Amino acid sequence: MDAIFLQILNGLDKGAAYALIALGLTLVFGTLGIVNFAHGALFMLGAFCAVSFNKLLTISTKVEDKTVTLFKAYKEKPYLEIWFPDAGPVLIDFAIPLSILLAIPVMIFIGYAMERGLIKHFYKRPHAEQILVTFGLAIVIQEVIKAYFGANPIPQTAPDILAGSASVGSWIGLGESVVYPWWRLVYLVFSGVIIFGVFAFLQFTTYGMVVRAGMRDRETVGLLGINIEKRFTIVFAIATVVAGLAGVMYTPVLPPDYHMGMDFLVLSFVVVVVGGMGSLGGAVLAGFLLGIVQSFASMTEVKAILPGIDQIIIYLVAVVILLTLPRGLMGRAGVMDD
Amino acid sequence: MTKDNRFDFSRRGLLKASAATGIVAATPSIFMRNAWAENFRNNPGDAGEVKLGFNVPQTGPYSEEGKDELRAFQLAVKHLNGEGDGGMLNTFKPSSLKGNGILGKKVTYATGDTQTKSDAARASAKRMIEKEKVLMISGGSSSGVAVAVQSLCQEEGIIFMAGLTHSNDTTGKDKRRYGFRHFFNAYMSGRALGPVLDKEYGKERRAYHLTADYNWGWTQEESMKNTTEELGWQTANTVKTPVGAGDFSQYITPVLNSGADVLILNHYGKDMINSLTQAVQFGLRDKQVNGKNFEIVVPLFSRLMAQGAGSAIKGILGSTNWNWSLQDDGSQAFVKSFGAEYGAPPSMAAHTCYVQTLLYANACEMAGTFYPPEVIKSLEGFKFDGMGNGPTEYRAEDHQCFKDVLVVRGNENPTSQFDLLKVVEQTPRSQVEYDWKIFGGELGPYKV
Amino acid sequence: MMNFTLNDTTRFLLFAAVILTMPIWLIPLGGGYPDLMQKFAIYGIFAIGFNILFGLTGYLSFGHAAFLGVGSYAAVWSFKLFTMNVIPAVLFGVLFAGLLAFIIGFLSLRRSGIYFSILTLAFAQMSYNLAYSVLTPVTYGETGLQLSQQDPRLIDNLFIEEVSTGLPSTTLFGIKMSGYSGFYFCAVILILCFFISMRIFRSPFGLMLKGIKSNQNRMKYTGLNTRPYMLTAFVISGMYAGLAGSLLAVTDPLAGAERMQWTASGEVVLMTILGGVGTLVGPMLGAGLIKYFENIFSGFDNNVLTNAFSFLPDSVAEVVVPVVGLFVGGGWHLTLGILFVVIVIYLPGGIVEGLSRLMAMLRKRERPVNGNMKPQDQPGE
Repeated sequence: MDAIFLQILNGLDKGAAYALIALGLTLVFGTLGIVNFAHGALFMLGAFCAVSFNKLLTISTKVEDKTVTLFKAYKEKPYLEIWFPDAGPVLIDFAIPLSILLAIPVMIFIGYAMERGLIKHFYKRPHAEQILVTFGLAIVIQEVIKAYFGANPIPQTAPDILAGSASVGSWIGLGESVVYPWWRLVYLVFSGVIIFGVFAFLQFTTYGMVVRAGMRDRETVGLLGINIEKRFTIVFAIATVVAGLAGVMYTPVLPPDYHMGMDFLVLSFVVVVVGGMGSLGGAVLAGFLLGIVQSFASMTEVKAILPGIDQIIIYLVAVVILLTLPRGLMGRAGVMDD
Repeated sequence: MTKDNRFDFSRRGLLKASAATGIVAATPSIFMRNAWAENFRNNPGDAGEVKLGFNVPQTGPYSEEGKDELRAFQLAVKHLNGEGDGGMLNTFKPSSLKGNGILGKKVTYATGDTQTKSDAARASAKRMIEKEKVLMISGGSSSGVAVAVQSLCQEEGIIFMAGLTHSNDTTGKDKRRYGFRHFFNAYMSGRALGPVLDKEYGKERRAYHLTADYNWGWTQEESMKNTTEELGWQTANTVKTPVGAGDFSQYITPVLNSGADVLILNHYGKDMINSLTQAVQFGLRDKQVNGKNFEIVVPLFSRLMAQGAGSAIKGILGSTNWNWSLQDDGSQAFVKSFGAEYGAPPSMAAHTCYVQTLLYANACEMAGTFYPPEVIKSLEGFKFDGMGNGPTEYRAEDHQCFKDVLVVRGNENPTSQFDLLKVVEQTPRSQVEYDWKIFGGELGPYKV
Repeated sequence: MMNFTLNDTTRFLLFAAVILTMPIWLIPLGGGYPDLMQKFAIYGIFAIGFNILFGLTGYLSFGHAAFLGVGSYAAVWSFKLFTMNVIPAVLFGVLFAGLLAFIIGFLSLRRSGIYFSILTLAFAQMSYNLAYSVLTPVTYGETGLQLSQQDPRLIDNLFIEEVSTGLPSTTLFGIKMSGYSGFYFCAVILILCFFISMRIFRSPFGLMLKGIKSNQNRMKYTGLNTRPYMLTAFVISGMYAGLAGSLLAVTDPLAGAERMQWTASGEVVLMTILGGVGTLVGPMLGAGLIKYFENIFSGFDNNVLTNAFSFLPDSVAEVVVPVVGLFVGGGWHLTLGILFVVIVIYLPGGIVEGLSRLMAMLRKRERPVNGNMKPQDQPGE
């Protein structure tokens, strides 16, 4: 029972990450009709916003390190800690949540620049060319990050008060031994808020209504005298921000490196397609579904019966769903069918 | 392998040229030594330079390690050519190196990108052999690549001095006559960790293994399992995890209530960083099980990789081939010249690559020729000292180096940003030696 | 495609001549060594085969690497079990890849568009993950499937009692299949494959596929069942991939799991688009370009650069070398990425379009254009 409960939590947590990435991807798919292979790179850029913010906070003086005798080495002491002995360390401790403040404007700018500078020229181009150009862009982004930050993962720590584990077991009466890290719970709540926010934006604002209308029939909306192009730019920026924030918050779980976007790219495409093209709800549902299925498939009891099942489970589920439901879980007819 | 069907006119030219030199040459002994040495792949002949090939990961997850390896190679080349402060050339014994290149020829090099993929690594190695005409290939940061390039080198008749490769297979099942490994292996990690685990954690323990699901992971798990069970530990479970899983939470939560009190992470690289970070996040280090502190062990530790796990490595035991904090003359000389050149201490990958290059050069000097079978013979059974791990021997039967292995612990209070690992024990060589027959495999012929 | 006065025969002869003279004209480009030329030919076959599916039908498969991998494994097993002769190995490679393509194609072709792409991707990723881990007894996982001295080699051992202590080489009735002979073997097969692909493009079958591409529904309304045609194209293209995979094993008898990874599938997609989708020579050009980058650009280290720029004064060279160094050596990915972006922005039809524009420009100078010079085989949706 405990094990199953924990695996559900794991699945939800994993699913939250998948859903967040897939949400932005499907938003861009559904509204703009763009196959964005650079979406993983945006997720990675978000994570590196956190890294940069951390670096910014810890700009340091170099003090010669006397403990290293064989060659000249330097120690770093952050200015913040020198100037503000009390507040400085606290600020640095909260670098990850605070870096959201940096990530939002940065990601909006990146999204805006990318859409205006490149993506907009590809709306009417074939998907193959969209793939090539966004893939090329993803490589360029990755390599730039690698050239600056190096290839190794850079550890990021959650704030001290969120470092330990919560005894979730005692909350629901499963006993003290059932614990779960605070940060993962925070991530779960955070992604819930973001997902809800995006849905509310599309569902309850006039702005969102226009965008939804644009998803259905772009031409008619254009004929009504609405500047749909401008709205699409904003949609792209929103997708970028969602990906970026997913990246920021994921850094304590997965030390970021330049390649983390590529690692998530294939998976997020699978999630989007399983959810059904053009369906936001489908993407979220598929994200959580695949996360939970993957967690359960990794249990020793399951692996004993089907060795190696955890290696392929996501793809297997994707195949089964796509073969039984022609348009994924909640796909609409006519979106990227051909 | 001499390729009769290659359009290799230059070799014929070289043959003539060197035959002519032979007639002119006054000392018959030199002539005799070179007589059988004429006909081999990429014979430098009368050229004033020899080229070595450094095949390291420059893209992909191990590219930082590859970069460090490349730095070490460049330093080794400098030292061989008599530039710089000479590094380990001054401490290496018995050395035939003179600081004037190899056999009087200036050393140059070519580099390539393995991408940590066997196909790409072989393509890159082939370019070096076919186009750059290198005499020796070294480098690499994974066993898959090492095994693939090693077998290619055997076919091509080029010596391969393996870089970082930790699988038993490299000098076991897949060993080759033309391949040499200075690095230690999974079996030795297990043997070296055994006594320390006994001393630190006692005999009454239950171990839970998480293992990367590929060849290296399995051999690592097997040797750790054997070692710990010899100590009297029980094995609670062994679970295979997909390579590159990223999030390991679904494998870590079952550990919490499994009754195990030690978690052994048979992971390397990004898998190690992620699984260790997450295991610590799940509070495993703060746990008490069976009245004992819960412990995590990472059998193969690398400083470069440990950086990625940040504070999660504190107090974690593991083994490593070499660490820059060693106090012997060889290590100090190397750290000094590496640090002066690049402003950071060398990693263990850099160390093994540097040493391998020097050993190859020295073997050529000892053999008095570049002719691979003779070079191989002088490397086989070669005993040396002053390279950082105490007295070392290249065992002739499987081309594996035997030397002391370091057991390290993640530093609780690092004094500098490089001071991540603390040497707990230098396990003597006798403890990690094993019968070469246990892993099978065949070296193959000297002449190809 | 390029509609200057070339007819198919001259085009074919030209192609054959260019391929066979590779060892000469590649030398000034620094690529004139056997391994790279073998790779050019093999990945050319892979891309040409991929183009039969993608270029003709518009179905974008993201799982072609699986067929490449299976071809390699089948070929190496043929070397291990039966004989070092390459003919059976190639046949086995093509056969097994064809079988797998039939199964995957049969299932995946029930869907179209992106759903089809993801299905093929899922199948290929499953193959890769299993080959890397659970199927290690068959594939030897990470270290790759290799020859060994203990291999049975049943057929070879009937005829020859070998005394050699080393590993045997792959042969074509006694001719060793490494180095230049290996290249010529691959080159001849490539030329054959090019010929077959040309015939397919021109055949009624090819026209049928093009019809499906431009409007599948209309084809269905005419009472035609399109699935068998699609499946045939898929299997043919899978067999091309299997052939390429087996040739990789022929020139270098090793099969690794990463040949099946999605990045390998992605690579062939990129090759095809880069060269020009739906054109005959485009995929070959794209394959050549990517392999050239991977092998030559990655080898330019600072050492090479310093030599190359030694003509500059030291102070200038000190600035130039590190800047250029960002784009070569370990940075070769960056150059490739920029190249993708630039080509797709300015030359949507890939390299072939670039070439034909160049030709058109040259022509314009000679005589007025008759206004009908646009390349026809533009990728379409």
